[in-house]
Amino acid sequence: MSAHADTHTHDDHGHHHKETFVTKYIFSQDHKMIAKQYLITGVLIMGIIGILMSLMMRLQIAWPEQPNVVFEALLGKWAPDGVMDADIYLALVTIHGTLMVFFVLTAGLSGTFSNLLIPLQIGARDMASGFLNMISYWLFFLSCVIMILSFFVEFGPAAAGWTIYPPLSALPMAQGGSGMGMTLWLVSMAIFIASSLLGSLNYIVTVINLRTKGMSMTRLPLTIWAFFVTAIIGVISFPVLLSAALLLIMDRSFGTSFFLSDIFIQGEVLHYQGGSPVLFEHLFWFLGHPEVYIVLLPALGITSEIIATNSRKPIFGYRAMVMSILAIAFLSTIVWGHHMFISGMNPFLGSVFTFTTLLIAIPSAVKAFNYITTLWKGNLQMNPAMLFSIGLVSTFITGGLTGIILGDSALDINVHDTYFVVAHFHLVMGISALYGVFAGIYHWFPKMFGRMMNKNLGYLHFWITAISAYGVFFPMHFIGMAGLPRRYYTNSNFPLFDDVANANVIITIFALIGGTVQLVFLYNFLSSIFFGKKAVQNPWKSNTLEWTTPVEHLHGNWPGEIPHVHRWAYDYSKPGHDEDFVPQNIPLKDGEEELQH
Amino acid sequence: MTAFLTLIIVLFIAVAIWQMVKIFDLAQVGSDSNDQVATDKDNKLNGYLMMGFLVFIYAITIASFWYLGDLPLMSNSASEHGPQIDNLMIISMVVIFIVQTFTQFLLHYFAYKYKGEKGRKALFYADNNTLEAIWTFIPVVVLAGLIIYGLFTWTSIMNIDESEDPMVIELYAQQFNWKARYAGEDNTLGMANVRLIDIDRANILGVDESDPYAQDDIITTELHLPVGKPILFKMRSQDVLHSAYMPHFRAQMNCVPGMITQFGFTPTVTTADMRQNPDIVEKVSNINALRLERKEEIEAKGQELLYEFDYLLLCNKICGKSHYNMQMKIIVETQEEYDAWISEQKTFKNSLIVAEEKMDDIITVDDESIQNENEEAREELIVN
Repeated sequence: MSAHADTHTHDDHGHHHKETFVTKYIFSQDHKMIAKQYLITGVLIMGIIGILMSLMMRLQIAWPEQPNVVFEALLGKWAPDGVMDADIYLALVTIHGTLMVFFVLTAGLSGTFSNLLIPLQIGARDMASGFLNMISYWLFFLSCVIMILSFFVEFGPAAAGWTIYPPLSALPMAQGGSGMGMTLWLVSMAIFIASSLLGSLNYIVTVINLRTKGMSMTRLPLTIWAFFVTAIIGVISFPVLLSAALLLIMDRSFGTSFFLSDIFIQGEVLHYQGGSPVLFEHLFWFLGHPEVYIVLLPALGITSEIIATNSRKPIFGYRAMVMSILAIAFLSTIVWGHHMFISGMNPFLGSVFTFTTLLIAIPSAVKAFNYITTLWKGNLQMNPAMLFSIGLVSTFITGGLTGIILGDSALDINVHDTYFVVAHFHLVMGISALYGVFAGIYHWFPKMFGRMMNKNLGYLHFWITAISAYGVFFPMHFIGMAGLPRRYYTNSNFPLFDDVANANVIITIFALIGGTVQLVFLYNFLSSIFFGKKAVQNPWKSNTLEWTTPVEHLHGNWPGEIPHVHRWAYDYSKPGHDEDFVPQNIPLKDGEEELQH
Repeated sequence: MTAFLTLIIVLFIAVAIWQMVKIFDLAQVGSDSNDQVATDKDNKLNGYLMMGFLVFIYAITIASFWYLGDLPLMSNSASEHGPQIDNLMIISMVVIFIVQTFTQFLLHYFAYKYKGEKGRKALFYADNNTLEAIWTFIPVVVLAGLIIYGLFTWTSIMNIDESEDPMVIELYAQQFNWKARYAGEDNTLGMANVRLIDIDRANILGVDESDPYAQDDIITTELHLPVGKPILFKMRSQDVLHSAYMPHFRAQMNCVPGMITQFGFTPTVTTADMRQNPDIVEKVSNINALRLERKEEIEAKGQELLYEFDYLLLCNKICGKSHYNMQMKIIVETQEEYDAWISEQKTFKNSLIVAEEKMDDIITVDDESIQNENEEAREELIVN
């Protein structure tokens, strides 16, 4: 409703009421400001913490149990004499996973780009509810604070893996981190889920209700399709994780036995009876698998937009792209069991989940081939965003292909929970989604901050990142195939794995290089905000509506009327036009036909 | 020390990069606001780099196969179903390898070939149903093949043929070690529940002392298996989730507190034979060469310096602080060797520490109803 009200009040350039510092920068209800808040909190701050954790883990794996100044400085009492403690290693594993999956790549990615782009690209003054949007961000902020606080409690943060399988996560006597640390984890995630639901509902309602005149669903840019479907998956699956978290809280604090049964630990029998940890696994993965696509789809949406713009060509097979997003979304809710082939569930279910899982390869293949065909005979503008998008397609293919092995129950027996899995999901969702984030930042930085990022630093950032990403995760598949389990504090108790120790050192070196080069990005990002070249209105010569807004941000986005839409978003290099792009708000010429897509 | 030095170096590199970046940034001339958009020169440079990157991807693939691909765990399986998994794995790998080589080539080659030039117009090419049908159909066919092959393999592994009369062994997991319980002469495990654990009497697995089937059970800390005999493992955990991972046998199953899970396989190669296998000999000598380089460090930790091949059972589900050191040795041997070994082990009945008068108490508690309950529970267990 408020957005409709804005339609009238903002016709006078939106400057009619004074905004205080607090309402403009802190408790802002403007989607563009909230997007920036998500970017700074979710992507930058949480991302830096998450990456630092992974580097500490890599140092430990490459040079196990050796004193290290970094550990001494950053881990304090968890690294006596600079030697990392085994408990804190597992805590790092856990919090790194949680931060990267939920805070950086769910909230950070969707929060930034859905917020920024949904109103701008569909032609709306703001989100359907700016107030809920603000609440959503501040709940997210609160959950970040609580998650980070868990590092400062006596027995450390949660350390049962990001999947927090009970009983390990349920019993403080099983592990130090399962005490206060796990409580904080659960509280933080419960708040996070509330935030995510508010955000997702807002995105869905906005896309359905607030599209400008002429913006039919079949004219939506693929970014919006991706954000829209992602939000729907989130609304379907996140409540299930909330229920699992609540039941776990019950088991932990109120003596119920949903997930626990017949436990003897530290010399005593616990009272729990009749529950099943496998139930938790089902509930967790019912979110956990769609979550992979919640992370990946927005990145693919961003890529679709950037590849089309920079190829100066329509995205190939728009309809197939939309269908494959929908197919992936549907399939993603019926494949969760492939994480549980050897959990003790009925082997027949394993067969069913193998079948549904491998089906996902079909829409994924369609997407990959459509991206490649979009490049074909294009006029590729190698902006940093374009490089990251091409990089995304590359890692999406490399990482996705090994899914054929992991999704096959028979093969999963031997590679389950080894480094093969780590390599697979880092490439296909971690690196790919991260590339999506970087591509999005480089591409929409002028829209967010009115200035350009430095392209040469962008090139440097991309190439070194790309090389180190492959350097880290490609050899890791082979370490997994050698049978090395993940989440081992050190492998030195197994001489069997001594011959992969050198490979682990090489991986760590690549990881350190890759981590270091992110400083280039950080420098570029921060310095460009203040000293970057001033941006023009439509620097990439793009068709979508966000580039019809003025460079200076206005509350309400467009100074006058909202532009009407007359064509789809991909009229690049259309014959019969002088320019190689035709923005969506340009009416069809006499006799020009809109493409039947 | 190595770590420290590396770190210092990395730190210096980071500082150096930061400074270089700054100089690089400041040295840029031109005030055109559009100069942060790619020019023809940028397109050309990055186009060539794309081809370079393609070469890098191929190179790292080849290097990984060369240096890491020959790990004997990808071949030389030691169980009857192992070759099935290995074949399926090799077929999948070949498919993946072909698709990867081909698609990465197209992606990077197109990125190079169609690098932008001022004034050129791209081809307006938005759709082609035939093409899309082709690349929907090809994955469908390939995946259908893989799914069918995979499902047959999976079913044949997971369906345990009871008519073969497999030898029943329980794998018992606890933080942070493994125990094995052999079913004994009757090949039936006695009932057990963690509530029956009695540390004072050394009944550490919670085996029901009153169950007649339990009396001949044998609990060990090393897993001996007779070669060529089908084994049915029943997994149990007393505290948190664990996973019994036996990579050489292509076998893995989670151990779940409160329920019994199972996995069956037939070992086909004895430990002694495997140690003679040329691949394993090579692997072991490699490892020992590496261990000799780190002699002091290894001896300081009190480990054996030289490695000798053994099958292992590892824990492969995060289970707490010492997860990384939860292992049990597996020895596959001939039936005679196995018989000799097992006959030396104490049966459950004889392993208990029993104060005479306590024994009477236990027998009086042992009433009819408990007996019946046990019977029912066992049937359930067998059905499972």
